[in-house]
Formats: sequence, structure tokens, C-alpha cells
Amino acid sequence: MTAVAGRSRAEPLDIDAIRSDFPILGRAVRGGRHLIYLDSGATSHKPRQVLDAERDFYTTHNAAAHRGAHLLGEEATDAYEGARARIAAFIRADPGEIVFTKSATEGVNLVAYAMSNAATAGPHASRFAVGPGDEVLVTESEHHANLVPWQQLCERTGARLRWFGVTPAGRIDLSGIDDLINGRTKVVAVTHQSNVTGVVPPVAQIAAAAHEVGALVVADGAQSVPHQPVDVAALGADFLVFSGHKMLGPSGVGVLWGRRELLEAMPPFITGGSMIEVVRMEGSTFLPPPDRFEAGVPAAAQAVGLAAACDYLDALGMARVADQEEALTGHALDALAAIEGLRVLGPLDTQDRGGAVSFVLDGIHPHDVGQVLDELGIAVRTGHHCAWPLHRALHAQASTRASFYVYNMYDEVDALADGIRQAQKFFGTA
Amino acid sequence: MDLETMYQEIILEHYRRPLHAGLRDPFDAQVQHVNPTCGDEVTLRVMLKDAGSEPVIADVSYEALGCSISQASASVMADMIIGKTVGEAMLISDEFLALMQSRGEAEPDEDVLGDAIAFAGVSKYPARIKCALLGWMAWKDATAKALSMTGEQV
Repeated sequence: MTAVAGRSRAEPLDIDAIRSDFPILGRAVRGGRHLIYLDSGATSHKPRQVLDAERDFYTTHNAAAHRGAHLLGEEATDAYEGARARIAAFIRADPGEIVFTKSATEGVNLVAYAMSNAATAGPHASRFAVGPGDEVLVTESEHHANLVPWQQLCERTGARLRWFGVTPAGRIDLSGIDDLINGRTKVVAVTHQSNVTGVVPPVAQIAAAAHEVGALVVADGAQSVPHQPVDVAALGADFLVFSGHKMLGPSGVGVLWGRRELLEAMPPFITGGSMIEVVRMEGSTFLPPPDRFEAGVPAAAQAVGLAAACDYLDALGMARVADQEEALTGHALDALAAIEGLRVLGPLDTQDRGGAVSFVLDGIHPHDVGQVLDELGIAVRTGHHCAWPLHRALHAQASTRASFYVYNMYDEVDALADGIRQAQKFFGTA
Repeated sequence: MDLETMYQEIILEHYRRPLHAGLRDPFDAQVQHVNPTCGDEVTLRVMLKDAGSEPVIADVSYEALGCSISQASASVMADMIIGKTVGEAMLISDEFLALMQSRGEAEPDEDVLGDAIAFAGVSKYPARIKCALLGWMAWKDATAKALSMTGEQV
């Protein structure tokens, strides 16, 4: 962490020092060009501190955590549980409320399947049960990961899926909240930061309304936890999911945070080894949380890597990370606004908005924009970014998305704007 | 590569002025295919006519929403296969599929592929191969449907 330590909070981030921690940013891409990576919303790059931590686990402590009567097993367990505590601290939570999953997607599925499993899990799980007459509430701006599992829950249980629409600016339309959140609402699932528009919805306000009617609130933090300080108590939700790989951590590890009393009452989703208390041929009992939700040998090396990512981000300071990205996003919105024939999907200012900037260009399909940018060494995402209904609502078949992180520079945003103009020139639209 | 290698003038021409575009009647079968990673879609209709020993493609009409590669590919395809027998068109389709799966290594056969050789550069970009194949896959599917209704075999 030497490259990032020792700065006062008032200083802006030292981007050069940060970039030197990310080996991949030094590689050349097509035509020998420098890589300009504007796709951190899909996955972030990893600093060597994270890579070293993961490798150190494998080279020094590797064993199956929570098993084995040997020293390595003990060290692996300590490393894994230490990672849990570290990640808990990152979002101001209690370690017992942190469930490791393989992804944010799995976290949402865990809750959704626990809710359908509640039908047969006994009276203590009744508050999770849903059925005909109940309602599940989502928003039109969700990533498919926080939409499809709820559609499926409704199909399995007979509950009705409802949703908040979006405004033309891509904000969640809360005008119908009094009707949408009602006595039949059992669960409200909402993004904490859109991966398309960058919109940061008022989760606390939605959660307060949901809690008044006794509904559970699940927040999708896949795009918020990496990019802004998150305190689960202030968030107001009952569950929060996020992924390691989008926050400088390894692939294959994610987190479900849940309020302790809810996790304690919640039936399991994936069952098997490690999550049981007593197993007999006639049936089994399960461990308390978080172990109840972590069947199988855990991804300890990945959890250790994610803890190192939390160290890295906290050393930068999440408030500064958010400030830096807000400034960069503002610069991008200004640069893109100056391009004729370009429409940004989502708010045109940085108020309650994160660093995902999606746009459409008159007369050029996003795939073709992406191809021209790729030729210039600029990596962006094209398509519907796993948010098809949101694109439909914003009258876009698909879009091109630039998304930023701690290692991105103003120059790179300028290169994006230049690249878009080159695409317009190439396809003869400007 | 430079962009011109991938976006050959033929491709840009077909993209700007697609041939045989729009959905027409009559037709034997209609299919809708999507590329789920990007949302591109094509609705495609096939009309076959009986010409003695082998069915002939009387018309291929389509409505495509997508990038230049997928739109141009559908246009080139329709222009090439209308009027050919199903068997002849299948041979072209197989050759085109082989070209797309070649990772830029194949030497395209212009005698078989005609204008479709312009897509050779696309095969170097795995993310774009599905774009080039979208129309062809829809045509194959629609033709199989049309033939199954008339009891023929592909």
C-alpha cells in the first residue's frame, strides 16, 4: 500500500501513483496503442496489492477453510474469517452479517430463493413467505440480476410483480409510491446505483416507506459499494448485495449483507457441506448465519483478495474516490454534451449520479461505435448492459457506456470524446 | 487492422441502402432472432416455390434492428440467395459460417461467397461474429420451418 499511503484527506487522489499499482494499465492494445479502460462498470482492474494478497494465500496458507485438523486449515480459516471482518468494516457492518457469495447476482438469488423456500421452512420463516395476493416491487431501471430473480420468485409462488417506472431523465419515478408500496408488498428490490444511467435512487426513502408496511428491502450495491462510501445503517435496506470484481477485488466472490435478525430467521438457498449442524438420513439441521448460507468449501483466496481491495480503497478514502469520480463524470457529461447527435441516457448533471455514462448516437449503432473506439485503444461496453427494460423505457435499442474508476484520467475522457467524433466521421453522420 | 479492413465499402453500402429490406407477403414462414448480448434483432420471412426437383427461394424479406455488420450481412444474404435453390443457399450458408469461425485465417472463396467475402475481416473479432451470422441463422431457421410445413427435408 506504499504507493497510496500517507496522503491527507484534503488532497485529491494521486492518479499517477494509483495507476502504477495496476499492471494491466501498462499494456498495449490494438495497434500498439495505450489501453484506455472505460469499462469498470463491467469489471474493474486489480492492483498488485490485491493480486499479491490472493497469491500469498495460495503460496503460504492454502487449505480448505473450516475443515482440516492441521495448521494450514487453521490459517486458511483465520484468513477467511479475517476477510469477512475486513469487508464488514468497509460497509460499517457486523462480521456475522456478511455472507460470502460468488457474486451480487447470487446474493439476490439467495434472498429470492430463501423467500420461496420459506413456504416449507416452518413458522419462524413465515415473514419471508410470499404467495398469491402478495406483491414484489422492483424498478424499471434494474440490472437483470435484480429483476429476473424476482420475476422467477413470482412465477414460483404466484405473487405479483410490480415496478416503479423511470422518468425521461432516467430517475426512478416515485409518484406512484403510495399505491406501489402497500399492505400486500412483501419485498422491494432496488438498485443503489444504476449501471446504465448512474442514477443513485433515494433508497433510504423507499426503504422507510417499505418498512412502514412490513416489507423487506433488498438493495443492489454492485455499482455503489465500489464507488461511494456505504454505511449499511444509513442505507436503510435490509439486504445489500455487491460483487468483488467490480471493486478492485478478484472474480468469483461477492457479498450479501443482511440484518442479523433476518438472516437468523431466513431459510437456506444452497445446501450441502459446511452449512449443516446435524445430518441424519431422515433430515438435517442448519448452522446459524452466516455459515448457513455458505455451503461448500469457501472461496477463501478470493475473499482475502477482496479484503485487500477494501484496504486499498479505504487507504484512498471512499469519500475521495467518490469526489474524484464525480468530477470525472462531470467532465465526461460536458465533453459529450458538446457532440452533436449524441444523447446521454440519464441525468445530465452529477447530482445523485455515479460514474456510468451511457449514450446513443444518431445513425451509428453502439456496436459500431465500440468497434471504432476499440481501434483507438478505448474499451467501452456496448449493448443493453443487462438492463433491457431500462433501455426500452429510455427509447434506446442499445447504448454505448463509458464507466470510470480510481485509475481514470481526464485525458482518457477527452480521448473518448475524440473517438466518438472519429466514429461519426467514419460513418458519415457528422 | 484499420477500420477499413473490417468495414469494407461493400458493407457500408449495404448498411446505408439495404437490399430486399422490409417484410413482404406472401411468405411460408417467419422467425424472430435476437442477439441477447446486445439486443439486436431480426424478423425474417421466407417464401419458397416448388420448381420441380428442389424448392427455390422465391423471396427473403426482413426487418433488422442492429449494427452495420448485422444489417449489411442480412442484405448481402438476401441478395445472394433469392432465386437460388435451398440446397445452393445452404452451401453458401455453410461456407459463410466456416469463414466466420476462421478467426481471420480462412481464404474466402469468392466464387461461392460473392459479396459476402467482404465480411472476412469480421471473423477476427469474436464479439462481432454473431452480428454477421444473425440474418443467416434466422434464414436457416425460417427455411427449416417452411420445409417442415411442406414435408420437405433440408
